[in-house]
Amino acid sequence: MALLQISEPGQAPDPHQRRIAVGIDLGTTHSLVAAVRHGVAECLPDDQGRVILPSAVRYLEEGGRQIGHDALAAQGDDVENTIVSAKRFMGRMLADVAGHQRLPYRFVDQPGMVGVHTRDGVKTAVEVSAEILATLRFRAEDTFDDDVYGAVITVPAYFDDAQRQATKDAAKLAGLEVLRLINEPTAAAIAYGLDQGVEGLYAVYDLGGGTFDISLLRLARGVFEVVATGGDSALGGDDYDQRFASALLQRAGLKTLEQLSPRERRRVQTEARRAKEALSDADAATVSFEVDGQAHELEVDRAEFESATAELTATTLRLLKRVLRDAKVAAEDVQGVVMVGGSTRMPVVRDAMATLFGKPPLTNLNPDEVVALGAAIQANALAGNASSGDLLLLDVTPLSLGLETMGGLVERVIERNSTIPTAKAQDFTTFKDGQTAMAVHVVQGERELVSECRSLARFELRGIPPMVAGAARIRVTFQVDADGLLSVSARELGSGVEAAIVVKPSYGLSDEQVAGMLKDGFATAESDMVARSLREAQVDAERMVLATESALAADGDLLGADERAAIAGLLARVRTTAQDAGEPRAIEAAVEALAEGTEGFAAARMNRGIREALAGRNVNDI
Amino acid sequence: MQDGLSLAATDFALFGLPQRFAIDLAQLDATWKHLQGAAHPDRFATETAAAQRVAMQWAIRINEAYRRLKDPLARAAYLCSLHGADIEAESNTAMPAAFLMQQMEWRDALSEADTLEAVDALSDAVVASRDATLKSLHAQIDDAAAVDWGAVAATVRGLMFVDKFMSDIAKRIDALS
Repeated sequence: MALLQISEPGQAPDPHQRRIAVGIDLGTTHSLVAAVRHGVAECLPDDQGRVILPSAVRYLEEGGRQIGHDALAAQGDDVENTIVSAKRFMGRMLADVAGHQRLPYRFVDQPGMVGVHTRDGVKTAVEVSAEILATLRFRAEDTFDDDVYGAVITVPAYFDDAQRQATKDAAKLAGLEVLRLINEPTAAAIAYGLDQGVEGLYAVYDLGGGTFDISLLRLARGVFEVVATGGDSALGGDDYDQRFASALLQRAGLKTLEQLSPRERRRVQTEARRAKEALSDADAATVSFEVDGQAHELEVDRAEFESATAELTATTLRLLKRVLRDAKVAAEDVQGVVMVGGSTRMPVVRDAMATLFGKPPLTNLNPDEVVALGAAIQANALAGNASSGDLLLLDVTPLSLGLETMGGLVERVIERNSTIPTAKAQDFTTFKDGQTAMAVHVVQGERELVSECRSLARFELRGIPPMVAGAARIRVTFQVDADGLLSVSARELGSGVEAAIVVKPSYGLSDEQVAGMLKDGFATAESDMVARSLREAQVDAERMVLATESALAADGDLLGADERAAIAGLLARVRTTAQDAGEPRAIEAAVEALAEGTEGFAAARMNRGIREALAGRNVNDI
Repeated sequence: MQDGLSLAATDFALFGLPQRFAIDLAQLDATWKHLQGAAHPDRFATETAAAQRVAMQWAIRINEAYRRLKDPLARAAYLCSLHGADIEAESNTAMPAAFLMQQMEWRDALSEADTLEAVDALSDAVVASRDATLKSLHAQIDDAAAVDWGAVAATVRGLMFVDKFMSDIAKRIDALS
């Protein structure tokens, strides 16, 4: 961590104005917020000293809410209105949620994303997650007695586009500026790599409450390069609990888990989880529960637990081996495997890693905290608090992206494990004479049939000038940004007529839905929408003024006197508008004018940076 | 404003490398990280929208060049296109008879291989053949007094078939394990 303790003078516009940037691990079963304080990343505790916030939200009468420990404590009495493991529903339709029949909720299969009926109306995972994020934001603001400048939020590496977009929407609802979404195993590698000062090829095995990720990274002097990643965004500790609970019911000769009442089922699963945790240290444990008013008590041992869940552990091993194959490396090439997520406390998982890699897994950092700590380190760097060149993340896309072609087949455009940001274009042509429109269907996944991949978006390119079949050249461009989010555009080349379209995924919430949620006076204290958006516009204007000023201070010599004066004029306009204008639109327009007016300057600065990098002048900084 | 590299520079110019087939992979890797250290959007997270857009364009361009230079086959195909010899992978499928015979033998071997060991053995044989062809590419491009780009393009086309076959092998390995 020594690297990050040094703050170079003159790095931030005002060294005393340190920006509060936090890392948030938004987990299936629990969430944490961390920040770099006095050069060291640490998880922030609540007013009772607890760093873990259970990812549970209970909707009360009259619009009230309980969040975290209180919600969890009341869960047994109010199952239908207490949403836990909402992460499993992020960016998902009901049909995508495996085992939803076993869950105690009244689901609503609505467009965009599955919802749950509560006494406070229908709630989606985005709204539930936003409550959790807002709680963590308030915790950070209380800790620092200051506004949060921005946040890095972690997502499972194997999250697809809709799940990532949903996470960003939740942050927006919670009033958080997302500096970046980063992958959980990558965050863990940052915390681990910097803390232990290691270099080389490392695997991160991340088994959380509801998701499994495996990432292979090359670590070298502050550069974290993801070589390959894989996983299952619906496999985690919750599944171990369910398998174990089912096995226990079967042994006792009782009903199946599905046949129990919601309350009975919850009790059996809670007991199964308790026993699972106990069996990590002890060889035997006792579970007790009631079915149909009859009390049952069973003795269980570790072997029974491990055989009931062997299939799940085997699945994680299979996925791990595929990642090694993708990276073209053997298990012996891996210098160490870092264990992340509470579920890696299970001895069966640790033993499997030790057998595969021929050395004990690395467990010296708290598996619950390591993801949030890594996110905090990255947030601190992104906010400009650390000196530049300390940290570089080169992450990859977890899943291939492609287009539907004739016969329901997938034409891959971007292969999985491509380093992001990335873009790739593919040319298509028309197959009928006089064809003026073309349907584009974007899918994500590794299978060859469209029906077996996830459909991300459908759109139609119109206005193609009529030509004979095969004469038109339609270029479809896929772009994946640094958050791992996709945009697709299509245009007809050659004819001079341009028809371009940019799509967002069809899964997930529409902009209108998100705006509606914001209006519904969500948990953030500011209920006045106008005041809130005005304040956001002012904060944004201030950011842009500061950013432009520091760019001028660093590279102003690239500009002629005229160019400099033009930018100064745009800056002055942003400043006065932000101060005087009573409505956000005017401020946004001034900021946009500044962005457009500095495009050439930005390009020239980048050119200088690239030339310096090539000349090796920054060699020692990286 | 000053002159410098543009997004339209060749991959080789962007990475400060001589335009040839043989490449120092360690240097390529180090240069990639230096360039991304200067251009990655993470470096511009607090900057203006204009700076973030420019960073994204450059980071994408650098990754594209890196991916193409790192893979010997993509690198050879790129050199061909720089010299006006298009690969025409879609339309030009004419191959020497000996090459086609070997492809058929390999395909038969793959359809008969029903154990992981058998597929692995086939995979080793294909990789060895591919490596030998890549070596001959090196001679064809870097060591020839006058490069016959049409012939290079034909070799590259053949290697593309081999790569396609190798991905079929990988799928079989996936299915068997």
